[in-house]
Amino acid sequence: MTNVSMTVNGKAVNGEVEGRTLLVDFLRESLHLTGTHIGCDTSQCGACTVHVNGKMVKSCTMLAVEADGGEVSTIEGMANEDGSLGVIQAAFQEHHGLQCGFCTPGMVMAASALLEANKNPTEAEIRHHLDGNICRCTGYHNIVKSIQAAASALS
Amino acid sequence: MPKDQGIGASSKRREDVRYLTGRGKYTDDITLQGQTYAVFVRSEVAHGIIKSIDTSAAAAMPGVLAIFTGDDFTETGGNPAGWAINNRDGTPMKEPKRPVLAHGKVRHVGDAYAAVVAETRAEAQAAAEAIEADIEELPAIISMADALANSDNRVHDEIDDNCCFDWGWIEDNREAVDAAIKAAPHVTTLELVNNRVSPNAMETRASIGEYDPGTGDYKLTTTSQNPHLTKLLIAVFVMGIPEHKLTVVAPDVGGGFGSKIFHYGEEALVLAAAKKLGRPVKWTATRSEAFLTDAHGRDHITKIELATEADGTFIAFRTDTMANMGAYLSNFSTATPTFLHGTLMAGNYRVPHVYVNVKAVFTNTVPVDAYRGAGRPEATFSIERVIDKCARDLGMDPVSIRRKNFIQPDQFPYTTPVALEYDTGDYDATMNKVLELADVAGFAARKAESEANGKLRGLGINSYIEACGIAPSNLVGQLGSRVGLYDAATVRVNPTGNISVMVGAHSHGQGHETSFAQVVADMIGIPEENIDIVHGDTSKIPFGMGTYGSRSLAVCGSAMVKATEKVIAKAKKVAAHLLEAGEGDIELSDGVFSVAGTDKTIEWGAVTLAAYVPHNYPLESLEPGLEETAFYDPNNFTYPAGAYACEVEVDPDTGKVEICAFTAADDFGNIINPMIVEGQVHGGIGQGIGQALLEHSVYDDSGQLLSGSYMDYAMPRASDLPNYTVDQSCQTPCTHNPLGVKGCGEAGAIGSPPAVVNAVVDALSGMGVTHIDMPLTPNRVWSAIQAAK
Repeated sequence: MTNVSMTVNGKAVNGEVEGRTLLVDFLRESLHLTGTHIGCDTSQCGACTVHVNGKMVKSCTMLAVEADGGEVSTIEGMANEDGSLGVIQAAFQEHHGLQCGFCTPGMVMAASALLEANKNPTEAEIRHHLDGNICRCTGYHNIVKSIQAAASALS
Repeated sequence: MPKDQGIGASSKRREDVRYLTGRGKYTDDITLQGQTYAVFVRSEVAHGIIKSIDTSAAAAMPGVLAIFTGDDFTETGGNPAGWAINNRDGTPMKEPKRPVLAHGKVRHVGDAYAAVVAETRAEAQAAAEAIEADIEELPAIISMADALANSDNRVHDEIDDNCCFDWGWIEDNREAVDAAIKAAPHVTTLELVNNRVSPNAMETRASIGEYDPGTGDYKLTTTSQNPHLTKLLIAVFVMGIPEHKLTVVAPDVGGGFGSKIFHYGEEALVLAAAKKLGRPVKWTATRSEAFLTDAHGRDHITKIELATEADGTFIAFRTDTMANMGAYLSNFSTATPTFLHGTLMAGNYRVPHVYVNVKAVFTNTVPVDAYRGAGRPEATFSIERVIDKCARDLGMDPVSIRRKNFIQPDQFPYTTPVALEYDTGDYDATMNKVLELADVAGFAARKAESEANGKLRGLGINSYIEACGIAPSNLVGQLGSRVGLYDAATVRVNPTGNISVMVGAHSHGQGHETSFAQVVADMIGIPEENIDIVHGDTSKIPFGMGTYGSRSLAVCGSAMVKATEKVIAKAKKVAAHLLEAGEGDIELSDGVFSVAGTDKTIEWGAVTLAAYVPHNYPLESLEPGLEETAFYDPNNFTYPAGAYACEVEVDPDTGKVEICAFTAADDFGNIINPMIVEGQVHGGIGQGIGQALLEHSVYDDSGQLLSGSYMDYAMPRASDLPNYTVDQSCQTPCTHNPLGVKGCGEAGAIGSPPAVVNAVVDALSGMGVTHIDMPLTPNRVWSAIQAAK
């Protein structure tokens, strides 16, 4: 077992992990941050998307020890300080960008990373960026619309 | 002007807040004190005899608490089929036992024959890998035609022809249909495959079993669309648990699309293991397990004939279908290709003669069952493809041949030759709407532009109708259903007037927590936020048959309306007493009771408080409290219908299909929340396009699932799908439910596959291509182009 320390959603955390423990399992099982989901076993679906040191990462593809000392952001850290929905979250609600909600945390984290890098993405850029995040409910139409609306609201 | 509350308002979904902040509570998010973990050992061969299973090494491994094999469940019941189908000759279908764990034989790759429970998931996984089974591999039975032809190789030893049933609908019409086709001036024939797909809800299945030795109570938390049915199946059929000792909870569920309607053996295993260990037992499927064990969808091979007059007037449809059951009968598997398929084979059309034959076939593949649309996409695809081919054969355009044969608005209620009575509809209206929205008039110019760029442009247009809002119990009982298909709701008014509504429908993306509250809010005239919708817990809800078959609002919503009406009726009695007026003079509007013709009023909350603090109350004639339950059994299906248009551009050099535009005009009757309804249509279309262009569950000859991961199975991604133009303004309200609503959950998946294929075939029709089987991958399209050259 190895001790890892990191900052998750601005809060210092640490825990004992095996070398093989994935970051997603550390988040879900050790920190009980179950908003980050597991939807596949081949790093395809993106339900586990988080940010590590400002970069979008599929947390099923990274070992917990690799995130040692890093800064991690998850869906639980995306709301405003008063608990109200952040701009991207609010846009998803306003434009019905989610149905069952399972892919949603990954979608929001992916959208956030996109809008950090590209404040005014085209529809094609949004769709391309989401290729690593699978949604089965929405047919993507309203997810794209939500991200476009969030981009407008942020600019 | 759009309303901002109640029926007709696009109320924002309240459930979104927890999903968007990571506070959803899905089954795998739950960790209980003392929880243990189950891992299943699954067959790596499609067909084999289990000679022996050696668990000794595994049992000695760290953390292992218990190991189960099929031997532990020989006294346990089988997981039954929900519908008994009769053969054409009246004899019953073949119904092999589906055990909790495979015993004697394994029948598909992924068939579980053992399970390990350990302190941690990793320990259970390691021990599962140490179980040694001696399985004598037998030849796999994969092709349906081979399965029916080769009686020496059997999925179930006692079923000599691998045939579950040979069903005719309606058998008495068979000869008349044959004669009509023989005498017809024109017959168009099409052989087609409705491709096998994997449902792929983004949340994999998961279950937690609990047992309390102090009370003898069991609790199952599971990923279900249908917790009451799961309870009934486990308690009564599989495990013999008294129903009052079993609670089934389906918390937040991450999509279903049919695959989570059914009871699966893993649910019984975790309960049995929890009882044995006295500790909670959790199992969560990997995505690989989901591909190998979740019921797949579709998988029909069909020959359809359409007989017409020379002018395109329809005379008869006749179909001959093989439907794959997989290795065992999943709960709705026998209903899907029969009463959810054969009854739809008249489509939107006046056609005097229809006959449907379906042979259901056992193969060494994972069971096939209802997947979004369930039988109705298969019917619609066959009908709408053969009509397109017929139009081309006769030199007619695809819109006018359909219009010529549409059932007309003044012909409703309309009884089809396949035994449904359509209550209402206007098929020309949705056709007109889709032609307008898709700018069909401008297609020729766009096609010319594509051609100038070396591309082939095509337009596919079709109608669809479906029967949903499943279902009238007396009718389905006659047709072989072993359950009733009513639903139930309890409206519990709390003393201060806010309301908890317990409903038998289960929301796993459909937004019931919002839309159902809109209905009750509208009926009483109080704010939506004063109403909570409670679902997914058999200990809280009177009863229910779950969510599938686009039934939630039409059936459960109707029960909720009835219960709310009872509440209002009782509250009016209380109000009459308090206002010293006659009950018949009391009116309720905007949450205020008034006496007609006077200025005497009392607010909703004052009446509800009086019901719970009955100091001034007609106790001699009225019980205190304000809570009512209603069960609602529909007296017909609802019949959503519409017209879809798909415009594609095909690259003749690569065979790649690009969807340039997709337009849907649906008639869902009255609409509660337009935003949610649009979202349902978007999602259905996305899945339909996925089936048409990308998705395919492929088995090789040895029964290995080649498409068993997201590396191999082509799930639609954001860049694969277009924006959709959808419209629900053509509304012919359902005539037999209180809200006038029709189901909207499956329509998109039913109407869209033929639109896509019709469009691609249209693009290639100049080359002489008349059909390509789904999925229309670049390889298949390119090959069709090459073959036509």
